[in-house]
Amino acid sequence: MDHHTIAAISTAVTESGIGIVRMSGTEAVNIADKVYRGKKKKKLSEQKSHTIHYGYFVDGEETIDEVLFMIMKSPHSYTGEDTVEINCHGGIYVVKRILETLLKYGARAAEPGEFTKRAFLNGRMDLSQAEAVIDIIQSKNEYALKSSVSQLKGNVKKKINELRKEIIYHTAYIETALDDPEHIELDHYGERLRDTVKKLKSDMQDLIESYDNGKIIKEGIRTVIVGKPNAGKSSLLNVLLGEERAIVTDIAGTTRDILQETIHFQDITLNIVDTAGIRNTDNEIEKIGVERARKYAGEADLIIYVIDASAPLDENDNEIIEFIKNRKALVLLNKTDLKAVVGKEMVRSLLCKGRLDDKEENEIPILEISAKNEEGIQELKEVIRKMFYLGKISFNSEIYITNVRQKSALKNAYDSLTNVVESIDSGMPEDFYSIDLMDAYESLGNITGETIGEDLIDEIFSKFCVGK
Amino acid sequence: MRYSASSVWENKDKYDIVVVGAGHAGCEASLAASRLGFATLLFTVSVDSIALMPCNPNIGGSSKGHLVREVDALGGEMGKVIDRTFIQSKMLNRSKGPAVHSLRAQADKALYSRTMRRVLENQENLEIKQDEVVRILVDENKKIEGVQTYSGAIYHCRAVVLCTGTYLRARCVYGDVSKNTGPNGLQAANYLTESLKELGIEMYRFKTGTPARADKNTIDFSKMEEQFGDERIVPFSFTTDPEEIQKDQVSCWLTYTNQKTHDIIRENLHRSPLFSGIIEGTGPRYCPSIEDKVVKFADKERHQVFIEPEGLETNEMYIGGMSSSLPEDVQYAMYRSVPGLENVKIVRNAYAIEYDCIDARQLKPTLEFKNIHGLFSGGQFNGSSGYEEAAAQGLIAGINAARMLQDRSGIVLDRSQAYIGVLIDDLVMKENHEPYRMMTSRAEYRLLLRQDNADQRLTEIGYEVGLIPEKRYQRLLLKKKLIQEETDRLWKVHVGTSEQVQTLLKNYGSTPLNSGTTLAELIQRPELSYEKIKTLDQSRPLLPDDLREEVIEQIDINLKYAGYIKRQQRQVEQFRKLEHKKIPDQIDYDKIKSLRMEAVQKLKKYRPESIGQASRISGVSPADISVLLIYLSSGKKDS
Repeated sequence: MDHHTIAAISTAVTESGIGIVRMSGTEAVNIADKVYRGKKKKKLSEQKSHTIHYGYFVDGEETIDEVLFMIMKSPHSYTGEDTVEINCHGGIYVVKRILETLLKYGARAAEPGEFTKRAFLNGRMDLSQAEAVIDIIQSKNEYALKSSVSQLKGNVKKKINELRKEIIYHTAYIETALDDPEHIELDHYGERLRDTVKKLKSDMQDLIESYDNGKIIKEGIRTVIVGKPNAGKSSLLNVLLGEERAIVTDIAGTTRDILQETIHFQDITLNIVDTAGIRNTDNEIEKIGVERARKYAGEADLIIYVIDASAPLDENDNEIIEFIKNRKALVLLNKTDLKAVVGKEMVRSLLCKGRLDDKEENEIPILEISAKNEEGIQELKEVIRKMFYLGKISFNSEIYITNVRQKSALKNAYDSLTNVVESIDSGMPEDFYSIDLMDAYESLGNITGETIGEDLIDEIFSKFCVGK
Repeated sequence: MRYSASSVWENKDKYDIVVVGAGHAGCEASLAASRLGFATLLFTVSVDSIALMPCNPNIGGSSKGHLVREVDALGGEMGKVIDRTFIQSKMLNRSKGPAVHSLRAQADKALYSRTMRRVLENQENLEIKQDEVVRILVDENKKIEGVQTYSGAIYHCRAVVLCTGTYLRARCVYGDVSKNTGPNGLQAANYLTESLKELGIEMYRFKTGTPARADKNTIDFSKMEEQFGDERIVPFSFTTDPEEIQKDQVSCWLTYTNQKTHDIIRENLHRSPLFSGIIEGTGPRYCPSIEDKVVKFADKERHQVFIEPEGLETNEMYIGGMSSSLPEDVQYAMYRSVPGLENVKIVRNAYAIEYDCIDARQLKPTLEFKNIHGLFSGGQFNGSSGYEEAAAQGLIAGINAARMLQDRSGIVLDRSQAYIGVLIDDLVMKENHEPYRMMTSRAEYRLLLRQDNADQRLTEIGYEVGLIPEKRYQRLLLKKKLIQEETDRLWKVHVGTSEQVQTLLKNYGSTPLNSGTTLAELIQRPELSYEKIKTLDQSRPLLPDDLREEVIEQIDINLKYAGYIKRQQRQVEQFRKLEHKKIPDQIDYDKIKSLRMEAVQKLKKYRPESIGQASRISGVSPADISVLLIYLSSGKKDS
């Protein structure tokens, strides 16, 4: 293994307020001593691990900047090696001068991803963590960042493994049949396989598309607001958004073509889908309200059903209630500022009728609000948070592909399965299916790290920005 | 048992290579070694049992047929001998893709054995000796010095190839009857195991079995389905002229077990030596006994039973599919429950045999022991099963023993070159708990490893080794050239939408052309072929008579499956990248911190030569391989 001490600028090279230059390797502390001038006589190499030292960064006689030296000794550092971080006053010139000086005194410029590579090699992280680090670096905001890590560790891996399991099952079946034709028959297997492969392809297609969607949606609770026209859906949305983003009138139906809005409150994010639908009541579908619930509720993590409490319930309300009663939902009795004709008890009894889950704690919450007067909104947020933390709504049940490498691996697998379907359609013997099934299997393995490929390793580590 | 000689005698004759055992591995090993010019001495416990087929009376079959053709392409003998001694021949899986077409021939067992023995006897540099080898002699550096036989005689040599088959401490068992003999009641070799253990070799104990042989005159064939051979017989050996082997064939017969058979077996399972614990060895899952099948496929109403002749000069018939180690009375009952076998007389009882073999992970891919210089091994001794698997390993072990003496590097075929490569790689890299049987599913790149192109894949290697004569090599080069030139030409010749073209297409039920295309593209259509579009091809060259058929076959296959072949080749490229990533000998796995403990232990024990090999060791995970890859690539920068 390369034992050179490496150095790189770890912050973005801009005119920022502060810059960090990082150095890792057995010589890191010794090199730092050559460029450190502190008030005390004590050398950095005589200092304890995990200590910070104020002083000047010097190149011989020349003082370059007033800096802080952070010492982290092996193995308790990011790379697992002796590491020195130099915090300086930003500025392109200063940061570059510091790096050049370190190189002059014996460090080598780090290659992209080399710090993480060393961390990996020194047993500080596994490959999937290493890849998550790339996503962290590449993520612009903290929200996406959080998801990158959890994605790789959880959802995506699980989903990909399911797909792979299915593929390997069929491959194994065919292969076993080839070797034991007496006991395992392949008659009409192509027909069966075609259905499976089509299903797999559509799952993959969803994942591939989620890469693009994912950019817009990021992570959040997919929420749909349903209710009859003029129940107050738009007003509710505006209150939640905390600003007058939609023109609200007493006349139902306002056009604004936004597909979705993201609402953050504290640690929770709601992705309100089809906001245009809420606002556009020229839409025939919207007029009924039920159809909207049907259309989106299937994919939604949470349904918010808004009832105008000042108007009696009708057929449409009954249908919506019927529809949401076995789903993750909450009911808002809006317009408490007006005289109420619909009460909590009435809705509760409708919701309870024929409900599959009769546990009290799983009851659909019913809240009274006035979107107009912004009353009950705080309580609503609390209820949503509680539902989330009690696991009643899952944190985005959909799976998103967040990096392009995963996307292209999926694309390859998808293409291989297309070949399988072609083989079936053109009447090729079963033993031909395996070639493309295995290709699909291996491509998917590239996502989870089960497939061993030199290219994969190179690709992962070259994607790092230098300073990590 | 430890051997102690009563009297020692030193044989002063000069030998380079000693081969222990004259089964299918030993025959190939000794022929290869002697043909490469080395004085070779072949030991067998019984000269009358050279190339004995103690189990099924056939050579080849699914994937095993591939092995025979590969052995032939490298200059081995098995294909030639079966071509001279078969009594029925069949290309299996014709309804499937060309990758799984496999040749299988019923052999006249006695004739096969005699014919092979004649080849050995007439081979220059090869000497046959009937005696049991009891000790392997090495010097202080664990380098081969010679062997010692039961008679006390010492033979000096520079390399030894062990092909002991199922004879080491062999024991045959059925019911509560147990006899310490090799197959067919032949003498077991009871001493060598101890000598091997003293050399530090780890031994396993495996078992396998064989069904009963029945008297043909007591079988009612009218209740069975007759199984004929192919009308046009395809030879195994690329050197055999197909015209010379077209002959009358005998039939095999198919019948089935039934519920009654299964009941008899189930009621008597407790009397099986496997249940009573008399047998300790591990048996093959892929060649199961009838009692295993009844247990494993409990809901199957019947199992196939093939009645196959053992030869032309005997009435013995092999009852394929019903190997067993149940007691004699149960055997009679169960065989007689099968339609056509109601009155069957059993000549030889079915039995299970257990024997000592090695954990082949002690071998290099050249089949030389990692820790004993000059000691090679092949066949069932290495934990495989089957005549063809044995022959393949014997050939490679024999070649590599010779190459060691020639100071040349060993021949190692990789998984993308040959079934032989897959076989040996699996044996020396993977944990193997049962007799290893070759199967098509084990070959990842089987579309490239077809039985029809074994000569194109391996003849050049055989020539380089020195087992393929110049004439045969030149013929192969010509064949390859003709295939290439003719394929290239077909891609260049265009045909339009003329009346003649459309009519021909119509006649074969093929969609008419909308615009012009090439001859190659026409051949790619499933309903067409090189021969079928003959009349559209004005510039077709005259192919030499003796190559014509073979060249056309290759052109058709290459064109029809071009897309698949290309994709498989891409897989191979990916595979080779990892195979070519060598792991330095002096690597210190303990220093690589990210490796899991289990991986470090396995890697240290088996010391793989490449990343590809390392990835196939059980207990080494993909994550460990990633670590290794990165470790190796970061090391490069310093050097």
